[in-house]
Amino acid sequence: MLEALDLECVRGERRLFSGLSFTVSSGQLVHLSGENGSGKTSLMRILCGLHTPYNGSVRWKGRPIASLDEDYHRDLVYVGHLNGIKDELTPLENLAIATTLSGISADADRRFDALSAFGVAACADLPVRYLSQGQRRRVALSRLALADDRPLWILDEPFNALDSTAVAQLRQLLSAHVGGGGMVVLTTHLDLAVEGVETQGLNLDLHGSAA
Amino acid sequence: MIRTFNCVFRRDLMLALRRKSEALNTLVFFVIVTSLFPLGVGAEPNLLREIAPGILWVAALLAALLSLGRLFEPDFADGTLEQMALIGEPLPVIVLAKIAAHWVMTGLPLTLLAPVIALQFDLRADIIGLLFLTLLVGTPVLSLLGAIAAALTLGLRGGGVLSALLVLPLYIPLLIFGAGAAGAAGAGLGGEAHLLLLGAFLLISAAISPWATASALHIALD
Repeated sequence: MLEALDLECVRGERRLFSGLSFTVSSGQLVHLSGENGSGKTSLMRILCGLHTPYNGSVRWKGRPIASLDEDYHRDLVYVGHLNGIKDELTPLENLAIATTLSGISADADRRFDALSAFGVAACADLPVRYLSQGQRRRVALSRLALADDRPLWILDEPFNALDSTAVAQLRQLLSAHVGGGGMVVLTTHLDLAVEGVETQGLNLDLHGSAA
Repeated sequence: MIRTFNCVFRRDLMLALRRKSEALNTLVFFVIVTSLFPLGVGAEPNLLREIAPGILWVAALLAALLSLGRLFEPDFADGTLEQMALIGEPLPVIVLAKIAAHWVMTGLPLTLLAPVIALQFDLRADIIGLLFLTLLVGTPVLSLLGAIAAALTLGLRGGGVLSALLVLPLYIPLLIFGAGAAGAAGAGLGGEAHLLLLGAFLLISAAISPWATASALHIALD
């Protein structure tokens, strides 16, 4: 279980949110929403351990993530605003490096299948710099297709730049992950309806400095 | 950990080879600077022999500075650095692999090229050999110390200048002992003591730099 306890985030002179607490249990999806600048990305980075909250703490399986460090990261997949892929490498090479570093066992066939799941198998051997923004996003998201054993997925605007086909593919993947007992925290400005998935909505505007 | 080190090391080498022009910039800069000096100061063999070690070391140091910006900035800009920070392996291991790849693509080529460049300064073979050894031991220190400065200035506007200001005081002892070794050998004193001191710098910086750099990267990512 992931627990956010009394989180407060301050960036520069501005308090983005305070008193924010929620839990994410097995088989649950949390949909974070809020206006631009409400602190969604900051919250995602706090949940990952990339950003330190001004107050409060995040706990994973009952222990603060700061004390777990690498053990927490082995249970986590994070897809941020930035795709985290290299323009000079091909999608297959990017995926091979990402899986090797994350300790995900995936041979070349599985990696190709993951790209196929997001409809980018045709450009698997092209350098990423030749791909469109949507295709790059698909390559970044294809890591999810190989990370079904990672219980916690934290996804920052995963639907950005995706067409309707890719949105449907991602919804299907989210549904399978949560259905299999996984946890997902994501931000999106889309209306999120994933079939058969228990979704908890969380609006950051209600916890902002103006609230 | 070894798997992570190998993967990051090979990845960075692969990326450097795909961006050949950037990798060659450092080498071309080194060749240009060292080749212009004999033209500028005149063809007086004794003077050239005397100043050659200093010129080669200063050029190597400036070339290393020139390449520091590429150590973390591209990965920071495209989000791969934050992915690396979340892979479940200690960040110092990743940092060490990146520094090793940086040295292989910048410091090692300079070191291998230096004996050829040294010929135009009419240096004796034994002094060329010693100069090669000082660069072989000293250039990894340039990468190790440079990594700390590159990480501390990551994402800052004008980070390149700030990085140079931070790292130059740390480079000065290297410059003194690196260039001084050849001078001492030329005077018949032997350069072993200088070489040993460079070795000590290498050990100390290898022990400290990965952890210091990783801490600085955590701050930059926060």
